[in-house]
Amino acid sequence: MDIVELSRLQFAVTALYHFLFVPLTLGLSVLLGIMETVYVMTGKQIWRDLTKFWGILFGINFAMGVATGLTMEFQFGTNWAYYSQYVGDVFGAPLAIEGLMAFFLEATFVGLFFFAWDKLSKVQHLIATWALAIGTNLSALWILIANGWMQYPVGARFNADTMRMEVSDFMAVLFNPVAQAKFVHTVSAGYVTGSVFVLAISAIYLLRGHHIEFAKRSMTVAASFGLASALSVVVLGDESGYTAGENQKMKIAAIEAMWKTEAAPASFTLVGLPDLATHTTKFEVKIPWMLGLIATRSLNKQVPGIDDLVDDAHKRIKDGLIAYRALLAVKKNPGDSAVRAELDAHVANLGYALLLKSVRADIENATDDQIRAAATSTIPDVPTLFWSFRLMVALGFWFIALFATAFWLSANRRLQSHRWFLQLAAFSLPLPWIAAELGWIVAEYGRQPWVIEGVLPTALGVSSTEANNVLFSLLGFAFFYSALLIVDLYLLRKYISLGPEEALAPAEAMPAAAE
Amino acid sequence: MMLDYESLRLIWWALLGILLIGFAVMDGFDLGTAVLLPLVARTDLERRVALNTVGPVWEGNQVWFILGGGAIFAAWPTLYAASFSGFYLAMFLVLLTLILRPAGFKYRSKVADARWRTFWDWALVAGGVVPSLVFGVAFGNLFLGVPFSFDDDLRFKPAISLLSLLNPFALLVGLVSLSMIALHGAAWLNMKTRETVQARARQIMPIAALSYSVLFALAGLWLWQMNGYAITGQLAHDGPSNPMLKSVTRSADGWLATKSVILLIPVILAYAGAIGAALLRSRPGTAFFFSALVPVGTIATAGVALFPFLLPSSTNPNASLTVWDASSSELTLGIMLGAVVIFLPIVLAYTAWVYRVLRGPVRETDITQNSKTAY
Repeated sequence: MDIVELSRLQFAVTALYHFLFVPLTLGLSVLLGIMETVYVMTGKQIWRDLTKFWGILFGINFAMGVATGLTMEFQFGTNWAYYSQYVGDVFGAPLAIEGLMAFFLEATFVGLFFFAWDKLSKVQHLIATWALAIGTNLSALWILIANGWMQYPVGARFNADTMRMEVSDFMAVLFNPVAQAKFVHTVSAGYVTGSVFVLAISAIYLLRGHHIEFAKRSMTVAASFGLASALSVVVLGDESGYTAGENQKMKIAAIEAMWKTEAAPASFTLVGLPDLATHTTKFEVKIPWMLGLIATRSLNKQVPGIDDLVDDAHKRIKDGLIAYRALLAVKKNPGDSAVRAELDAHVANLGYALLLKSVRADIENATDDQIRAAATSTIPDVPTLFWSFRLMVALGFWFIALFATAFWLSANRRLQSHRWFLQLAAFSLPLPWIAAELGWIVAEYGRQPWVIEGVLPTALGVSSTEANNVLFSLLGFAFFYSALLIVDLYLLRKYISLGPEEALAPAEAMPAAAE
Repeated sequence: MMLDYESLRLIWWALLGILLIGFAVMDGFDLGTAVLLPLVARTDLERRVALNTVGPVWEGNQVWFILGGGAIFAAWPTLYAASFSGFYLAMFLVLLTLILRPAGFKYRSKVADARWRTFWDWALVAGGVVPSLVFGVAFGNLFLGVPFSFDDDLRFKPAISLLSLLNPFALLVGLVSLSMIALHGAAWLNMKTRETVQARARQIMPIAALSYSVLFALAGLWLWQMNGYAITGQLAHDGPSNPMLKSVTRSADGWLATKSVILLIPVILAYAGAIGAALLRSRPGTAFFFSALVPVGTIATAGVALFPFLLPSSTNPNASLTVWDASSSELTLGIMLGAVVIFLPIVLAYTAWVYRVLRGPVRETDITQNSKTAY
C-alpha cells in the first residue's frame, strides 16, 4: 500500500474507534443530567444511585473517548500535513474553539462529577453534571462545524500568494447548513446510543430478576428520551443537509445507485444490486416519487444521476485547468493582474483540476483520456454506500419501534410481564454502534475522492513522510486501541454484572450514611 | 478589528507562548506526579494517594495540550503541518504514551490485582516521562534547525529521522524539561499529600531543583556559542504567509547574544522559581507557586531566544518558519483572538472554582474510606 492508502486506513481505523465511544458519551452524559435532575427534584435516594451507577459505566467509556480523541486532534498534522497547510486557516478555527469553549468545560467538570459528590451541595453537583453534558454536546457541535466544512466548504476562498484556502466569511462557516444538519443528526444518534445502552442493560437485569426497581426507573427514562431521539435521528436526518449542499449531489446519487437522471420526481430504490462495471442496478425494487420528495422537497426538480454528474465533473476539470494554468502564471509573475483575474474567474473549479495530480505532476498537459478518467474517479464506492445507507436507515426505524414499544409498556407499567420485549431490547445492545459506524462510512467514505469536497482531493492531503512510518504508526494504533477496547469491554462487563448495589460502596448506597 | 496584521501575528506569538506555558504549568504537575510515582509511592495505598491528588483534575489540565494543538492549527497552520509531520515518530511515541493515561487513571484501581495495578502504574510513568522528555527534545531541535524545505505548492518536504532528533544538545534540553516537570510534580505532591508521600516528595524537590538549575545553565552555555539564524533583507511583517519569499542565513551572533538583556528577565524568573521552590519547601503552597514560575521562565526564554523564528530549516534556511510568514490570515487571527479573549477568562474562572472545591490534601484515610470510587 502507498502512503495515501495507509494514511486513509489509519484515519479510518482511529476515527471509527473514536466513534465507538463518542456516541455513548454524548447520550449518557445527558441521561445522567436527567437522572440527577429527578434526584434533586424528588430527593429520592434511588435516583442518586442511578446517576452514580450509570456514571461509573460512563466513566469507563469516557476514558476511551479521551484516549482515542487525542490522536484525532494531532493526526491532521502528523498524517495530513498538506491538508493542514491547505485548509488550516479555515478548518483549524473550529477545532481550537472546540477546545476552548467545549472540551475544557467537559473535562474540567467530569472531575467534579466523580469526585465531588460530598464536596458540593445537591444543586451545585447537578450544575457540574449539566456542565459536563453541555460541554460534551458543544464539543460535537464544533467538530461537526469543522466536518461540515469538509462536506460543503462555504465561506472560504483560494489565496494564490499563500497557496491555500482562507476564511472569507466566518459566519458562513459557522452557520453552514450541512454542519447544522449533521450536528442534530449526530447528537440524536448519540442520545439513541445512550438510551439503547441503558434500556438493554436494564432489560438484562429484569430478565434475571435483579435490581428490579433500579432497572424499571432506568428503562422509563431511556424509553422516553430514546423515543424522542430516535424520531429526531430519522426525521431530522442527514439528508436535509445533503440537499443544501449543491456539491453533495454525487453522494446522494451514489447512495441511491441512481446511474441515470430520471424525470422528476425521481423514484427511490428500496433494494437492488448496484453494478459498478455496467452502471446499472439489477433486481431493483423502486418506490415512485420518493427520492424526488426527499432530496428536493418538490415534485418538479430533477435529482441528477451519476452519469450526468460525471459529465459535469469532466466540464469542471477542464475549467479548473484554466485556473491551474493561470495559477502557474501567477507564480511566475505575481504582479500580472490579467492572469490573476483569469484565476479568479475559474478558481471555483481549481480543485477539480487537482484530481489529475494523482495521474501526473504536470497536469496542465493532461490528455483528454486522463481528464475523462479523473472525471470517472469522482464516483464513490456505490455498492458500499448503497448498502451502508440502507442498513443504517433500517436500524433507525428499528430504534423507533423499539422505543415506542418500551414507552408504551412502561407507561402501562407492563415492562416486566413481556419477556419477549426484554429479550429484544437486550439483543439490540450492539445495534446503535453499528448504525453509527455505518453513518460515518456513508458521510466520510461517501465523500471520496475528496477530502474537502470539490476543493482538495484526498490523495493530495497526505504528509510527505515515509510510508513505513505510517505503516508503523497504523499497526501501533491498531494494537493499542484493540488492547484498550478489550480492557474497556472487560470492565464494563464486570461493573454491569456487579450491579448498582455492589458497584457503589455500601456506605454510599445507604441513604442514612450519605445525607 | 482595530489591530493590524503585524500586531495580530505578534499577539498570536505571545499567545502561543502563553498556551504552552499554561500546558506546562497545569498539565506539568500531573505529568510530574506520574514521573515520580515509583519514587514517592511504594505501596498500593501510597500510589493511590499520589494518583488521587491529580485524579479529578488531570483531564481538564490535558485540555491545555489539546488546545495548544488546536491553536497552533488555527493560528499557525504551516507550523502545525510542519512540526507534527516532521517529528512524525516522536509525535507518535508521545501520543501512544498519552493514550495510556486516561485508561491508567480510570482503570488501574478498578481491579484488585497486584500485577494489573503495577502494569498501569508503569503505563502512567511512561505517560509522564516520555512526553516531558520528547517535548524538550523537540524544543532543542528548534535551535539547531531541522532539515526541511517546501516545494512549489508549499508542500512541506522534511528529511528528518528520529535518530537525527536525538542529538546531544536536544537530549540535554529534554532533560531540562524532564527535571522541570519532576520539580513541579514534587511541589504539587508536597502540597497535596501528607504522611510518607509528602516526605518523599519534599526530599526530591531540592534534588530536582538543583538538576534543573545545572542542566538549564549547561543548555544556556551551549546555546551561547551555537550559531543562530538571521533574516537578511526585506521581510514585510504584514506580508502573505508564504515562507519561501525571504532569505535567511546562519548567523555567528548566536541565539542569545543580541537579546542578552531582555533574556535576563525570563532566566531570572526560572532560577527564582527553582531556588524558591527548593528553599521554601516546608511552606508547600508558596513552594508550588515558585515551581510554577520555572516553566514560565523556561518557555519564555526559549521563545524569546528563537524570535522571530518558529521552526528554522537547517537544509534550506530560506524556508524557515517565522512569526511573519507562517500564520493564518488576518481575518482568522482576529476571529481566534476574539474567541480567546471571550472564553479563556471563563475557563480560568471555572477552573479556579473547581480547584477551590477540591482544595485540601488527599490522605490515606480518604482512599480507604472511598475505596470503590477513588482512583
